[in-house]
Amino acid sequence: MQPQSAHFKRRAAAELANAQLQSNMRRFGGRFVAARAKVIGELDDFEGTRTAAAAARDRALENLDVWIERFEREAKRRGASVLFAETGEEVARLVIELCRHHGVRKVTKSKSMLSEEASLNQRLEAAGVQAVETDLGEYILQLAGEPPSHIIAPAIHKSKEQVADLFERAHGRPRTLDIPQMTREAREVLRGHFLSADMGISGGNFLIAETGSVALVTNEGNGRMVTTLPRVHVCITGIEKVLPTLEDLALVMRLLPRSATGQSISNYFTVATGVRAPGDRDGPEHMYFILVDNGRTNLIGGDLHEMLRCIRCGACMNHCPVYQTIGGHAYGWVYPGPMGSVLTPSYLGLENALDLPHASTLCGECGVVCPVKIPLPELLRKLREKQVDRGLRPRSEVLAIRAWSWLAQRPRLYASVTRMAARYLRFLGGGRRRISRLPFGGAWTRGRDMPAPEGRTFRELYARRRVDSGK
Amino acid sequence: MRVGLFVTCLVDLVRPRIGFAALRLLEAAGCEVAVPATQTCCGQPGYNSGDRASARALARKVLEEFEGFDYVVAPSGSCAGMIRTHYPDLFGDEPVTLDRIGRLCAKTYELTDFLANVAKLDAVPGAFEGTVTYHDSCSGLRELGGGGGGGGGPGGAPPRVAGLELAEMKDATACCGFGGTFSIKFGDVSAAMAEKKCANIAASGADAVVLGDLGCMLNIEGRLRRGGDERTRVLHVAEVLAGSETGQ
Repeated sequence: MQPQSAHFKRRAAAELANAQLQSNMRRFGGRFVAARAKVIGELDDFEGTRTAAAAARDRALENLDVWIERFEREAKRRGASVLFAETGEEVARLVIELCRHHGVRKVTKSKSMLSEEASLNQRLEAAGVQAVETDLGEYILQLAGEPPSHIIAPAIHKSKEQVADLFERAHGRPRTLDIPQMTREAREVLRGHFLSADMGISGGNFLIAETGSVALVTNEGNGRMVTTLPRVHVCITGIEKVLPTLEDLALVMRLLPRSATGQSISNYFTVATGVRAPGDRDGPEHMYFILVDNGRTNLIGGDLHEMLRCIRCGACMNHCPVYQTIGGHAYGWVYPGPMGSVLTPSYLGLENALDLPHASTLCGECGVVCPVKIPLPELLRKLREKQVDRGLRPRSEVLAIRAWSWLAQRPRLYASVTRMAARYLRFLGGGRRRISRLPFGGAWTRGRDMPAPEGRTFRELYARRRVDSGK
Repeated sequence: MRVGLFVTCLVDLVRPRIGFAALRLLEAAGCEVAVPATQTCCGQPGYNSGDRASARALARKVLEEFEGFDYVVAPSGSCAGMIRTHYPDLFGDEPVTLDRIGRLCAKTYELTDFLANVAKLDAVPGAFEGTVTYHDSCSGLRELGGGGGGGGGPGGAPPRVAGLELAEMKDATACCGFGGTFSIKFGDVSAAMAEKKCANIAASGADAVVLGDLGCMLNIEGRLRRGGDERTRVLHVAEVLAGSETGQ
């Protein structure tokens, strides 16, 4: 996917002005938030489970090379091949080679954010291979020609009316707003694709080192169809998704669906291991893993390394008041919300996403809900520091902050400047005691007033009071 | 006990009466209160903008001005949170200073947290006629671990004020969209977030929204007035507890 994160401000403005999106986001509202709040109580010790899961992820990441080798060995032992890709482009090249090798003309896909990183669908089309998204949300977006706006609910920015229009056009059947009917339509179309595809491409929620398996968490069953019906299964996932053992998997699975959709367990949970063995009733003849770096190793051992713990639940964006207000497309690349604001500059380079680390009020919601305790506000702040250190912030901003701090270190001068400011702003406020156009603060007063100061600073009044009372 | 009142730069500049309300409350709780005259800013603008050097310089200044007190109290969850949660991060490479910072952190409190949990003030001077809805500040809620939101009060129990009726608004713990420099950098997004907060305040039917941080206060009041709401009052919790605002 072509990164557009440099244009965050413009994109956010467009989303604010988009009445349809605003209404759709309002409808989405806090649905996942409420559902999560309800089910986390099912765990006796939610906080303890978070701590344990964070530790399990750290354990895997500390010796990532070892666990990847173990995974590779075990997967190969069960008949799968393990390939490595450094970039998104390389992912696409590998998949296209596999398509050629196995004579594949049609691919069904279950949800994979990594394939978005790799612009896989577009590259497959260009190579003459048809790719069909089978996750309902992804299917809708493929019809619309749009990228996902949320990592687990990709079409959350669309209303059912918009989907009905898309279906009417694509399916050539009478338009309906009956959701079960719409779902049935999509199923009927997709069923044909499932049965005729030569290759299934899935993402991977986790890789299990001790068994060489991939764990898939889905709600629609399409993941199973994609990984069992076609002759060839290709699983594309990030190198950081490895967990050492099935026990680790059981631990993080207590948190993933609960944090994501507020479900105790997803409708489907698949652990796919190896190719179809003699006597197996289903499964692919050929299984490939493509383990992808695409910027992930930038994070290893650095001061943002906690980000690699991420299990892609989406809780941070569900709870983010900024995400809720502008939706996911404003962020301009694959990953939106707080996790995206850390990942995008880390993967693509600081200079390609300058606004994202600042697109947060640091309200702390994301850090509080993260099931693996990634200190997201802290990481956003670190990215801001890196920008300043590398001279990537506008000069005016850097100077303004420095000037403020310089002034604040000189109490007498500070006292007289604030004394004047209090009077001047009080004057600007006039009789209504509010400023509707702030000099040097137009961005504030475009959408709100600035309540005017009382006119005297606390320190003046306090000093006078002490003189009056003879202290 | 000797308490150093950290007035905060916004109260100093914009709403001195909140500083005096805090002073009155601390004195009512039997504290000997001093207000160091050289105090300015806690360093949060620099810290959140990636300017560590600026933040460090101001943190050092706050340390020197306030380490001599038994307690440091601020009528702001945000500034208290800056000191308590983030100052240690600034001095990781200076073990001696870090030690002093650690002691400073341990005695720094947001006003309502201090009144309820340290001073154990059981009766506040304030009385209020009307219904209020609380807006807890994010820092108080999530950086200071629930205590120090100002609004919800420590441990979630709102401070008891004679006559005051509470009406909880929808999404009471959600951010109002202020976020310091965020409100300028992304003014329109920030205002849209404030608008959601204002709609929830209006829907609560309260006569006043009461909160614990000046940033939220300017943001919410500014948006309410721009949206034509001249009725709903926006008050700092200190003003209500101290009785400088009685709802009449």
